[in-house]
Amino acid sequence: MANPIEHGAAAAQSNSFRQQPDEHGHFGGRYGGRFVAETLMPLILELNEAYEAAKADPAFHRELVYYQTDYIGRPSPLWFARRMTEAFGGAKIYLKREELNHTGSHKLNNVMGQILLARRMGRTRIVAETGAGQHGVATATVCALFGMKCVIYMGATDVERQKPNVFRMRLLGAEVVPVTAGAGTLKDAMNEAMRDWVANVADTYMLIGTVAGPHPYPAMVRDFQSVIGEETKEQMRAAEGRLPDVVVAAIGGGSNAMGIFYPFLDDASVRLIGVEAAGHGLDSGKTAASIERGRPGVLHGNRTYLLQNADGQIDEAHSISAGLDYPGVGPEHSWLNDIGRAEYVGATDTEALDAFQLCTKLEGIIPALESAHAVAYAAKLAPTLPKDTLLVVNLSGRGDKDIFTVAEHLGVTL
Amino acid sequence: MSRIAARFKTLAAEGRGALIPYLEAYDPDRATSLELLRAMPAAGADLIEVGMPFSDPSADGPVIQAAALRGLKAGATLVGVLDMVAEFRKEDDATPVILMGYVNPVESYGYERFCNDAAAAGVDGLILVDLPPEEGSVIAAPAQAAGLDIIRLVAPTTPDARLEYVLAHASGFVYYVSIVGITGTRSASAHDLASAIPRVRAATNLPIAIGFGVRTPEQAAQASSIADGAVVASALLATLAETLDAQGRATPQTLPRVLEQIGALAQAVRAAGQKPA
Ligand SMILES: Cc1ncc(COP(=O)(O)O)c(C=O)c1O
Repeated sequence: MANPIEHGAAAAQSNSFRQQPDEHGHFGGRYGGRFVAETLMPLILELNEAYEAAKADPAFHRELVYYQTDYIGRPSPLWFARRMTEAFGGAKIYLKREELNHTGSHKLNNVMGQILLARRMGRTRIVAETGAGQHGVATATVCALFGMKCVIYMGATDVERQKPNVFRMRLLGAEVVPVTAGAGTLKDAMNEAMRDWVANVADTYMLIGTVAGPHPYPAMVRDFQSVIGEETKEQMRAAEGRLPDVVVAAIGGGSNAMGIFYPFLDDASVRLIGVEAAGHGLDSGKTAASIERGRPGVLHGNRTYLLQNADGQIDEAHSISAGLDYPGVGPEHSWLNDIGRAEYVGATDTEALDAFQLCTKLEGIIPALESAHAVAYAAKLAPTLPKDTLLVVNLSGRGDKDIFTVAEHLGVTL
Repeated sequence: MSRIAARFKTLAAEGRGALIPYLEAYDPDRATSLELLRAMPAAGADLIEVGMPFSDPSADGPVIQAAALRGLKAGATLVGVLDMVAEFRKEDDATPVILMGYVNPVESYGYERFCNDAAAAGVDGLILVDLPPEEGSVIAAPAQAAGLDIIRLVAPTTPDARLEYVLAHASGFVYYVSIVGITGTRSASAHDLASAIPRVRAATNLPIAIGFGVRTPEQAAQASSIADGAVVASALLATLAETLDAQGRATPQTLPRVLEQIGALAQAVRAAGQKPA
């Protein structure tokens, strides 16, 4: 294929995988970037400068650590899942307990970083998109904490299947706006949040919930989530005296995965596996497996793998899990896939439902349906690995929000 | 001279600005939108913007979103859009046609192939809303080779230093987004425009068209006399939508109502040009 977008492909000449993106926000010279309307462009550039300044400011880091510790409850434990390990009969399974964070998922790691940045920038109004509602709840939470106005865009379909989170957000003082465009899921909510931002640039900060969007969001969100991988590294050294062999994480937009992968990118011995939602099956046409079944394109401000038709129209994604129901993926994952540093696989709706129950019964931990996709793949992989293999699953969230969905699929009326 | 440059030159000599109506290709079906395209020059269109439907028009308001969805439902593809323009060109070799849309369908088509096919179909310029100059290298060379103008958006939020950078990558004309927001929501006041346009004017020799929020004949007259042209989109698409039947199909009202509105806009734009500034 005559590839028109290889202009910067040689830019990434470094023997570290932790030097991306370049100053244009490109990963591997190809993915990411800043594909937004001119009205937003000056804001994106301003945000980049503000983030670079914050990153270089020790006071910002001290503030972030304070909230991570006393408000989010970090560090989250690395739990040796003994019964799961026995049941799988192979690799030693550890769970990184992000579900124990305040608000029940990894989402607050990123949201806390960005709200502190928004405050530094003098913004008073926050808009955000949400799928499962976890990012919306996390955002509404920090807006309550700091007394800021909060508007959450959520697909109408998701509003329906994630009612408890909608109620939580409203209790926290957020305005939840159901989006009926398209299939009423995360991609439509993202479009609507961007429209709001374009119309309210003076006072509004757009708080993106995953490692996607125009530069600097993918890099910034990754940085704020990297605390997951950094802790995992230390905790595994303390527990086993060495690095893990395999790290598995679910991929929606890819933020919990980037967060746990990033600190390991230069540790060649560590296999990094991203689990996409295969929906009804990778070849069913009803999936959210952007890397495995999509091709590169441009959506929501960045170039990345997308589910799209032959004409470049974006397809609707499908997953039982609202948080994975997105036709794109963060651009750094696209790059990591292409260079082979990370592997991307799928888990179906049914496999996730089984893993949801298995994790609950064996470990007494109800995982989010998103995280259950990672557990599902671990359940397949672990038995094929030697018993001294150390396998970490990023348990990105707790599943209380999903009990209605799961009950329905199990034929139980609540 | 390109059709775009020639048209703005003629209008400048006449002492008036351009009316630039917008239609969404295949809205509500191919035949109706082609007929509308063909009838627009006689109704008073000086240049025409043809929207390329996209599934995720994140810079557009509800009216253009709905039009894009209707277009896609009617089977719009880029091949089909180019084919429409080619049919239009058989009868009209003077009215500039500008394609407006989002970058992904074009990237999917292939930048070079698209520029060549668009030029061959008789397209004069491209506006890709989500392709800022920072990412524009993918299309700059193929567009130039094919003789297509890349029309750049400039917004009220664009600072002076950036204005220079953006305009260095512009050709054809400059599209001034008159409001901070999405299409079809608010309108800028004549006062805002009168203070904004000189800033852009000082930075470019290209003609300037004002769009986003130009709805009424009065607004079109104002915008086209403060700048060099006025783009009207949502107001026309809203009228078109009103004329559709319950199944979203065109009715005998559809073309006459939209064309009548273009006529009224054109009359106001022309009248504004007669008055000394
Ligand atoms: C618990 C949980 N895990 C994972 C995800 C997927 O997002 P990401 O891939 O950005 O981590 C979500 C999204 O809502 C989530 O709530």
